[in-house]
Amino acid sequence: MSGVADWLADTRVCVVGGSGGVGKTTTSAALAAGMAARGLKVAVVTIDPAQRLATALGLDELDNEPQRIASERFAAAGLPLGEGELWAMTLDPKRTFDELIARLSPDDDTRERILANRVYRELSDAIAGSQEFTAVAKLHELAQDGGWDLLVLDTPPSRNALDFLDAPDRLRAFFEGRALQTLLRGGGAGLRLLGRGTGLVLGLLRRVTGAELLSDLSDFFRLLGGLLGGFRERAQQVEELLRAPGTTFLLVTSPEREPIDEALFFQRRLRSAGMTLGGAVVNRMHVDADALAGEDDALLDLPARIEQAAGLSPALAKQVAAAYADEHRLARRDAANMAHLRERLGGRVPLLQVPLLEDDVHDVAGLVRLYVHLFAASEAP
Amino acid sequence: MAAALADKRLVFVTGKGGVGKSTVATALGIAAARRGLRTIVAELSGQARAAQAFGIAAPSGEEVRLAEDLHALSVDMEQAMEEYLHERAGRVGDLLAASRAFHTFAHATPGMRELLTIGKAWELAQDRRRVSGAQPYDLVLVDAPATGHALGALRTPATFAEIARVGPIAHQGRTIDATLRDPAQTAVVAVALPEEMPVTETLALRRGLREAIGQEPAAVVVNACLPERLGPRQAKTVAEALSAASDRVVHAALRAALSQQARADAQREQVARLGDAPAPLELPYVFAEALRPAELGELADRLEVLL
Repeated sequence: MSGVADWLADTRVCVVGGSGGVGKTTTSAALAAGMAARGLKVAVVTIDPAQRLATALGLDELDNEPQRIASERFAAAGLPLGEGELWAMTLDPKRTFDELIARLSPDDDTRERILANRVYRELSDAIAGSQEFTAVAKLHELAQDGGWDLLVLDTPPSRNALDFLDAPDRLRAFFEGRALQTLLRGGGAGLRLLGRGTGLVLGLLRRVTGAELLSDLSDFFRLLGGLLGGFRERAQQVEELLRAPGTTFLLVTSPEREPIDEALFFQRRLRSAGMTLGGAVVNRMHVDADALAGEDDALLDLPARIEQAAGLSPALAKQVAAAYADEHRLARRDAANMAHLRERLGGRVPLLQVPLLEDDVHDVAGLVRLYVHLFAASEAP
Repeated sequence: MAAALADKRLVFVTGKGGVGKSTVATALGIAAARRGLRTIVAELSGQARAAQAFGIAAPSGEEVRLAEDLHALSVDMEQAMEEYLHERAGRVGDLLAASRAFHTFAHATPGMRELLTIGKAWELAQDRRRVSGAQPYDLVLVDAPATGHALGALRTPATFAEIARVGPIAHQGRTIDATLRDPAQTAVVAVALPEEMPVTETLALRRGLREAIGQEPAAVVVNACLPERLGPRQAKTVAEALSAASDRVVHAALRAALSQQARADAQREQVARLGDAPAPLELPYVFAEALRPAELGELADRLEVLL
């Protein structure tokens, strides 16, 4: 077993993926802090940190650019950053999308008209993949700016971790809706491209949607059409960044079956897309109760054994035994799921398990506790 | 805790990713079906978890029967669109549904997926079903996407009504929005875990709901609450015993009890943040490998008070 520092030895960009609720944000922050403590200049891009964590890091001010975290906060918690620097930012997806539109617009007029378009204003959140894409676009922008030893991206929370990998394609398809632009313009060469019946379709469309919606949509797609070239180039660069030799994906999961299956699905997609998986972190493992390995019968006599050995009252001994039985059951479940994950990942992907901590990680001290587990087996800095 | 969900037609179950929305929606469905309400669990995010828990195959877009009075549907956008077009424009609508250009249009229009899927949930709750021969449901439990996306989806009908102003989509948007805003017909159940982030997201949902459909959550369900096995005095006794324990297994048991209690205490603090309007309903942590109908049935027992 090795620690994450070994996994990230030559990594410039680290993308942290996994399903919702498995501790992606805290894992991203802890590993960024740990790498900063090794003397690197690190920026971590998070999407939606817990309020207390954001406050603890001094991240309350949202200006969509990384801010430097005061080293004293970590030094006080036992992790001196030394020469290293830790920067962090909370991504504002809507604002990042606006900035992207502004950057890609060929002229001020186009930009203003898109930003003022009612479909864009009201519905741009609903453009499939826009949030996921803005996250990578921001990552790409920071990578272009240079000056970072390591960038860490905490991917957006979604029911399906794959949304993140699909985002560039989905959004590109959206921008490229050329057939659509032609259809909505409703004339000329487009009709031949789309085949017969398009004029009819347009008429019917007006009938089922209403003329105003159609005209706003038509405007919207026509304006976006002007951004297509720039967008394609950007999407291309983003994909190149994700495939670059210095880019590593880390999987984060909890030991439950569903997130593990999703992590495995994610791994297969990474492999087929030619992207590098550096390792997997399994958070929240129930490990403490594993002392009974192989002697499950002992559970039956446990209350009496506790009563005798620890001098507790029968009632209290029963409660303690019940708590142990719960934890034992979970530890066995977690161990079985972990074995499944290890087997399916194959020998080449390093795995790390982090025990369930007694409280949510929501402050710097908590991040440092998590850091200790993540970096424990790494070679000393 | 008078959520009176049994009196509604449309109940949205939402919360942060990973808190157990599908579990709560399915268990609520079991409880409603036991009361004799013809119930359907409608999943909006393309999964079929309710049917999975019952070991029943559920092709996308197909209403399947899970048990007496309990049904499930994984909503399919394409199918919802075809149904809408057919109802709207009959044979002309079918023609449109068959046109590739129209599909391009529907897929590209931002928010169209949300509008169509929420429209389908609404349709399930109508006395006169759009689908020919389909029976109406007394209660539609919507296993909605996570908070942010769910709020976006709930807002969509009004947004389309506003952008389109006139015409069929505007009309449809307005009709659905009116149903969503009517507390006699529609309720939202917020699901949380007793942890920092899910609780924070529940509080945000409360604000977001007010703004999106002018409603408060009818119920807040806190999933996976650990048992409170030790009081403060007992925890102290156990801690003292731990430092003296030499038996390996007894030592581990004492540690497990203390660790579980520490986590239960942390959970308590989080539940307190939720306030008491409405008072959160706590579901026990299920110490089982998988949730099957038996485990879901036990959760349904607890959820019955919300009906």
